This record gives sequence, C-alpha cells and structure tokens, in this order.
Amino acid sequence: MATRQTQVAARLMMSPAVLLLLAWMIVPLSMTLWFSFQRYNLLMPGMEYFTGLDNYRYFFANPSFWAALTNTLVLVGGVLAITLIGGTLMALLLDQPMFGQGIVRLLVISPFFVMPTVSALVWQNMMMNPVYGLFSYIARVFGVQPIDWFSQVPLFSIIMIVAWQWLPFATLILLTALQSLDEEQREAAGMDGAGPIPLFFYIILPHLARALTVVMLIQTIFLLSIFAEIFVTTGGGPGTATTNLTFLIYIQSLLQFDVGLASAGGIVAVILANIVAIFLLRIVGKNLDA
Amino acid sequence: MGSITLEHVNKSFGGVTVIPDISLEVNDGEFVVFVGPSGCGKSTLLRLIAGLEDLSDGTIRIDGADVSKTLPAQRKLSMVFQSYALYPHMSVRGNIAFPLKMEKAPKERMDAAVNDAARVLNLTDYLDRKPRQLSGGQRQRVAIGRAIVRQPKAFLFDEPLSNLDAALRVNMRLEISELHKKLKTTMVYVTHDQVEAMTMADRIVVLNAGRIEQYGTPIELYQKPANLFVAGFIGSPKMNFIEGKEADTFGAATIGIRPEHFTISDAGRWTGTVGVAEHLGSDTFLYVDVDGIGQVTVRASGELPFAHGQTISLDPIESRIYRFDAQGQAM
Ligand SMILES: Nc1ncnc2c1ncn2[C@@H]1O[C@H](COP(=O)(O)OP(=O)(O)OP(=O)(O)O)[C@@H](O)[C@H]1O
Ligand SMILES: [Mg+2]
Repeated sequence: MATRQTQVAARLMMSPAVLLLLAWMIVPLSMTLWFSFQRYNLLMPGMEYFTGLDNYRYFFANPSFWAALTNTLVLVGGVLAITLIGGTLMALLLDQPMFGQGIVRLLVISPFFVMPTVSALVWQNMMMNPVYGLFSYIARVFGVQPIDWFSQVPLFSIIMIVAWQWLPFATLILLTALQSLDEEQREAAGMDGAGPIPLFFYIILPHLARALTVVMLIQTIFLLSIFAEIFVTTGGGPGTATTNLTFLIYIQSLLQFDVGLASAGGIVAVILANIVAIFLLRIVGKNLDA
Repeated sequence: MGSITLEHVNKSFGGVTVIPDISLEVNDGEFVVFVGPSGCGKSTLLRLIAGLEDLSDGTIRIDGADVSKTLPAQRKLSMVFQSYALYPHMSVRGNIAFPLKMEKAPKERMDAAVNDAARVLNLTDYLDRKPRQLSGGQRQRVAIGRAIVRQPKAFLFDEPLSNLDAALRVNMRLEISELHKKLKTTMVYVTHDQVEAMTMADRIVVLNAGRIEQYGTPIELYQKPANLFVAGFIGSPKMNFIEGKEADTFGAATIGIRPEHFTISDAGRWTGTVGVAEHLGSDTFLYVDVDGIGQVTVRASGELPFAHGQTISLDPIESRIYRFDAQGQAM
C-alpha cells in the first residue's frame, strides 16, 4: 500500500477526522492561551483587559504552585513505579498454568472498569477509614494503632488508589507481551544454563521492554491529570499535601473564579506535560523502534 | 565423551502415546540422523534427550550416567532449534557468549571462545550486529556458534536447515559435516529430508509412528532396507513397488525396484509408454505406464531422447530386486 495513489487517497480520507480533531484541540487551546493573558475574573464580568504575563507571574509566585508541581511528579512517579513493577509480577504470575485461569484473569482486570470516583469512595470508606475501614480492622487485630490514611499519609493514599486502578491495565498489556515470547527462546535459555532469575533479566525483561514503554507513556498522559480521586477523597488537603496541578487549576478557576489565572496554570500544565513526554521519549523511546 | 543410550523410552501426551518403546545407542563421536515423515515423533525424541520433555517411562543415559530426571542445563548438551531461537535483543557476540556468561566464565575465556567460534563459522565481521540484521544462513551459524562454545557432550539439531533455500542448504550441510569432522563431538540431527540424512549421517534412525523401523549406515539402508517403509523412504525418486502376478514369479508378496536399477533395451521384459519425461541433464526421469503393472519410475543417467507417448522397453536388474513378504518385511 505504498503507491503514490494510495497515499493520496489515504490522506484525503483521513483529512476530515484530522481536521475535526485539530479544531477540537486548537480552539480550546487557543482560548486558554488568550485568557491566560487577560485579567478575567467571573466575579467582575465585562472588566477584562490585557495584563501581559501577570497571570503567569502570580501563578508561579503562589506558594502552592511548587507544592502542586512536586505532588504531580511524585504522584505520577509513584503510580508508575507500583504499576510497572506490580504489573510485571502479576503478569508473570498469571502466565503460569493454573486452575481457573480465565476467571482469575477476568477478576484481575476488573478494577479497570470501576469509575475513578467510585473506586476512590470505596477505598476511602471501606478500606482506609480509620474507624471502620478494613485496614484499621486488620491493624487492630494485630494490636497496632490504626493509621488515619488521608490525614497521616495523604499523598501515599492517593497513590495507592490510583495504582490499584491502573495495575490491571499494566498487567493486561504485559501479560499479552509475555505470551508472545517465543517458547523456544525460553527453552534455549534453559539449555544454556539460565535459571529463573537470569531468564527473567536476560530474556523476559528485554522482551517486555517495548510493552513497558507503551504502558509508561500511556499512563503518564493520564496520570498527569488525575482529578476525581483527589476531589472525592482529600479535596487537595490537608493543606496542599495532595494538590496536584490539575487540582490547583480547579481551585483557582472554580473556587476563586479567576479564569485568567487558571488559564495560565492550564498552559503551564500543558508545557509540563510536554516536557515530561519529551523527557520520557528521550529515555525510553528507543525501545519503540522495531 | 558423549555416548547417548535410550532404554525402553516411552512418551505420551495426555492419553496419546507418541513414542511407544524406543531403545537406541548413539556412540561417542557419531553423527546420527533421525529421519521420518512429519509427525512421527522425531522432535519429541530429540526433546526427550535434551530434557525439554519429561519421560513417561524408560531411561536415558549420557556416558552411562542416568540423566532421566536431570534438568536440561545439567545434561551438558547443546541444541540448535529449527527457529534458531536467537536472543533478539543481544548482539551476535552476546548470543554466542550467553552460555558462558551463565556459567560465570571469566571474561578472557569468554572472549577467546567467542572469537574462536566466530572464526570457525565465518561470523567475525558480524559480531556486533543484532540477529535481525543477519541472513537466514548467518543466523543459523550464530545458533551453531552458541551451541559450540559450551563444548557440550553432544549437539542436538532439530531440522536446522528447513528454513533455508536449496543452495544454502547444501552449503550448510557441508559446513555442519565439516564441523563434525573437526570437533568429533557426538551429533544427533533431526530431519525429514532423506537426502540430508543420507549425505550427513554415520548412522540413520528411520522412525515411523514413534517406532524405529531400521537403524544403520546410509548404505545399509539403501542396500538392505528391512521393510517396505524403509525401502520406500530411502532413495530418491522413490522405489517402485510391484505386487500381484509379477511379484509371485519372484516368490514374494511385493517386489521393489529402484528407479536407477532398470536397463532400457530393445526387447526387455516389460514394455510401456512414457507418460512424463523429466530431463535434468545429468539424469533423465521417466514415468512409464507398463502394461499389467502400472506406473514405474525409471532413472537413467545422461540425456536420453525420450518424450511423452513413446513406447519403451525395460529390464529390471535381477540382482537388485528387493523382495518383501506379506507383512512387508524384507525376505
Ligand atoms: N506438547 C504436545 N502435546 C500433545 N501432542 C504433541 C505435543 N508435541 C507433539 N505432539 C504430538 O506428537 C506427535 C509427534 O510430534 P513431533 O513434533 O515429534 O513430530 P516430528 O516428527 O518432529 O514432525 P515434523 O517433521 O513435522 O516436525 C505428533 O502427532 C504431535 O501431534
Ligand atoms: Mg519436528
């Protein structure tokens, strides 16, 4: 399918979709960009005027900004670490022949189908509640003082909830990748004297590299904009302990009605996402080459 | 040292018996080929020797020591797989060095072994490439290189040449034979190509449905096939089998005549018409419809001017007629 004619035809046929997507993206983006240079507060309608970089200055000057930036990166990094390592281990486990394999796989995948708000509520009320949550019950069984998760380790709690949601995704992708490993390669490595651990590090892990990269990139895109889990459980607190960039922008636009400032924050978030994406692609992108 | 002994080896998958009962002795330094039709259990037998499959029953000995329960890595055998099973993310050097790395061999020994293997196999210029940047024949040589650096007691090959084109196959066949002459290590080689079997083997095991039909040198199998199966399997084109009245005159249920054991004469024993004539230059293959017998294949050396529809008269060479009883055993 590489003649000039088919290429032209393909471009023609794709163009409506591409144009639609482009408009879909470019209109909000340029509006955000426009607002970010405006003094624009919903409490003072009709009083908009151009302020240059003031919004950006205020946004960066806000002490919550740096906290939010760190929180965002810790959140993304923490969830990635848990899901990539946990997902690899789960995939290895699920790849073993066992009784009821189909059912077990289905169960493992199921958290991914639970809405973020619902899973956050379930975790908050059934697992992590300091009085009647499962964790505090277990703690009491062992005679340990239960932890109040959302006030003592708030960010870690959020990371746990989000990791629980994304673990199935990572597991699923890595399991399919694992199953595509040529059986004869394992056998050859076995005959060459590789035990289970060298087999994992020399044969299986390099084979999984591409899938791990894909999981990492996709998850990063979604994890940079985590919102529902924070909104439902901690509301960004205590203090700014769980405020990430998305949540900070939300606070500024909808709680302080400052559209201009929030837009500046949005643009900063877009730039940050791009920096992270470029950074990731530089590190792991070579795994994607055939 | 590397003699391999199988004693009453049995293998079933689930309820299906693939290998009922095989006993076999491969001497140290011998080149033994397992040959047989597809699905007869050649690969299974090889994988049993390698330890990649568990025995259902019986014993396997290497140098007299019972290895039936030993892990593949500890049997000190090397295997070359049909798909080569190279490690795609490692360079050629990494692939060849891998078994030594697993033994935690010192760096100098590893380098020396890799360079030696590369020299023997003409891979020196490719050591830093990845397997996907190599041709089929080069990949094959890398797989062999990976097998030889361990200095195994024996090499196991499972149809290593079946992914190569005809010319390369002949080349690699020679290279493997030369390697065997040089290393003098036991080799067990699986193929379904009887030409490969005949040209490379010291001894051939002909397998059929998990049973050994005959075990002997190529010439023994050619000259004294034990039964109809071996007679039909060894030799190309296939031996002609004739039953009925003609066979009776020789006191057999079936007689077999190889295509090369006919003389073409003016007034021979049988006359027929030429169906298809294949002119290869060095040989001529004639498919002749003989009255009262059916189609026979005739191989004559040199270029003969026969064409479709011509009448021809044939004489089988009496001393080269094989006779089989009603059970298909040679008489
Ligand atoms: N893992 C398995 N489970 C069940 N049956 C198997 C298994 N492996 C092989 N068999 C069966 O055992 C028989 C012998 O298989 P094997 O692979 O040894 O044949 P082969 O002689 O190597 O054939 P080919 O020339 O096509 O490679 C076949 O009928 C096959 O279906
Ligand atoms: Mg096979």
